[in-house]
Amino acid sequence: MSKILLHGTEAICEGAIRNGCRAFFGYPITPQNEVPEYMSVKMPQIGGTFVQAESEVAAINMVYGAAGSGVRAMTSSSSPGVSLKQEGISYIACARIPCVVVNIMRAGPGLGGILPAQGDYFQATKGGGHGDYHLIVLAPCSVQEACDLTYRAFDLSDRYRVPAMILADGMIGQLMEPVELPPMRSLSEIPEKPWATSGHYGKDRRVLNSLIIKPEELEPHVNELQRTYDEIYANERLAAEYKTEDAEIVLTAYGTVARIVKSAVNELRKQGIKAGCIRPITLYPFPDNVFARCAEREETKAFLSVELSLGQMVEDVRLAVNGKKPVYFYGRTGGNVPDESEIVRAAKDALEKAVKA
Amino acid sequence: MKVFEKTKMLTDAHMHYCPGCTHGIVHRLVAESIEELGLQEKCIGIAPVGCAVFAYDYFNCDMQEAAHGRAPAVATGIKRCHPDSTVFVYQGDGDLASIGMAETVHAAARGENITIIFINNSIYGMTGGQMAPTTLIGQKATTCQSGRDPKVNGYPIRVCELLATLDAPYYIERVSTHDVKHVLAAKKAIKKALKFQSEGRGYTFIEVLVSCPTNWHMRPVEALRFMGEECTKTFPLGVYRDKSEGKE
Ligand SMILES: Cc1ncc(C[n+]2csc(CCOP(=O)(O)OP(=O)(O)O)c2C)c(N)n1
Ligand code: SF4
Ligand SMILES: [Mg+2]
Repeated sequence: MSKILLHGTEAICEGAIRNGCRAFFGYPITPQNEVPEYMSVKMPQIGGTFVQAESEVAAINMVYGAAGSGVRAMTSSSSPGVSLKQEGISYIACARIPCVVVNIMRAGPGLGGILPAQGDYFQATKGGGHGDYHLIVLAPCSVQEACDLTYRAFDLSDRYRVPAMILADGMIGQLMEPVELPPMRSLSEIPEKPWATSGHYGKDRRVLNSLIIKPEELEPHVNELQRTYDEIYANERLAAEYKTEDAEIVLTAYGTVARIVKSAVNELRKQGIKAGCIRPITLYPFPDNVFARCAEREETKAFLSVELSLGQMVEDVRLAVNGKKPVYFYGRTGGNVPDESEIVRAAKDALEKAVKA
Repeated sequence: MKVFEKTKMLTDAHMHYCPGCTHGIVHRLVAESIEELGLQEKCIGIAPVGCAVFAYDYFNCDMQEAAHGRAPAVATGIKRCHPDSTVFVYQGDGDLASIGMAETVHAAARGENITIIFINNSIYGMTGGQMAPTTLIGQKATTCQSGRDPKVNGYPIRVCELLATLDAPYYIERVSTHDVKHVLAAKKAIKKALKFQSEGRGYTFIEVLVSCPTNWHMRPVEALRFMGEECTKTFPLGVYRDKSEGKE
């Protein structure tokens, strides 16, 4: 198949459309405006629905309705807008409505800035809204992956009836790269949703609800959700490793930051330092098995998490490494992105500290 | 001789509404109208957060339970994906005119082809009688215990009048449930709205004045009288828009 040049945002849209997304609801916010703009053109052409909602709150509730009625549905936003969606996401998680939410993260907190950041990791992976629940969280590092992971997010979300999130940073939106698009999937290939409220009467009727007022019913429901998360954890953890086999210093980063980290690894190797990188692709479930395996190795002296935050994913890295090796952190915020030399320096510092200790 | 049969659009579940509450009457009017119009086979309802939260147990069709105030957005999502279905939304005044006002106004402005049943009992029933956006001037609530004072609490919102400033809505009417005559008129309006929706004519909105004897601290009969005499003063009954009759 031939490749075409696409922006990251367009690739997200194509990944969705090609896997049966036929309803999109969004609200403008930089740096993801290209997503609703693209969908506003594409959806009517393929018999789908596009609505520019009055707010992110309305958009996520339109997803609740549409996805609840059995259609593959998506919404997209950036950090402040994703905060507004959290109420709806919690209801969606409880009612077990599969859907995809895209967050092209910008710098926070508050209105923050419009440049790339990764400050929403906690929100995305630890629940975000109220109550005990999780999303499946996927983090693309290239335009190709933006397409592929969005495509996959719909299947995962349907299979487990757990909402999925594409957690990308603002750089994804700016990147333009060649992409091989997956073929358009026919809607008839998408598995039936017997639970969907698409219009049934009497004994066939279905109810989607997140009010479970009796404690003796809510606890089993929440436990059932947790069993699903356990199953997702067992089946779906995913990370890409780069030169970790003999690495003394194992760097880790997700999203586009991992690309800079990869070139830092090459530079470190050039300077004679055995470096490697783990790039989590699923952030929830977190690929702790890959970290644990590296931590067991004799050669591994230390880990270094590089993030566009004050240190969020690093907490999951520490849990995975479980004290076996020291874990260090290097981060930038405010929309600043570390360059290769900063990361090389941070890696050398980390290794030095670890060896001294 | 059979003189009455309960509509099959209502389940046999026992309704939880307080004695004298007219929420239950409105459920019946909506259900009967759907059945009489033959729309029950492809019908999706949306329950609010409020005393009617369990509406999903009562209506005998597919139901989604929405977050507080978000029902018109949920309905938009469903109806856009299933344009041939009948989508009705049932909301209280706190749900629709306070926390969900943005969703209310924008679904109306877009002219979504849905029917909204707006239950105005001028109080927050479910949470125990707090002031609603529709609480009358001077009416007592647990958060305005000496009566709603416009200097402190502002004025009640007239939703029909507000939505009638928009171009898109096809049919807007305010009805009441304080006596048999008005209940019958309410049924007529609800049925008309659902019929318009089934004909694809656009947004329809029926505000129904309902009593809340429990939180008004009145006996049921007294509450009905209060509705007829007081509520209708602040909320005049009538048709605010009917494009089928050329009423813009
Ligand atoms: C986000 C959120 N805020 C507040 C509540 C609490 N709450 C439940 S019902 C309700 C008011 C309902 O009043 P109304 O819409 O007038 O319905 P009624 O009970 O009077 O029929 C409130 C505030 C909630 N469930 N969710
Ligand atoms: S509290 Fe009021 S509105 Fe709610 S069921 Fe009782 S009477 Fe009806
Ligand atoms: Mg009320």
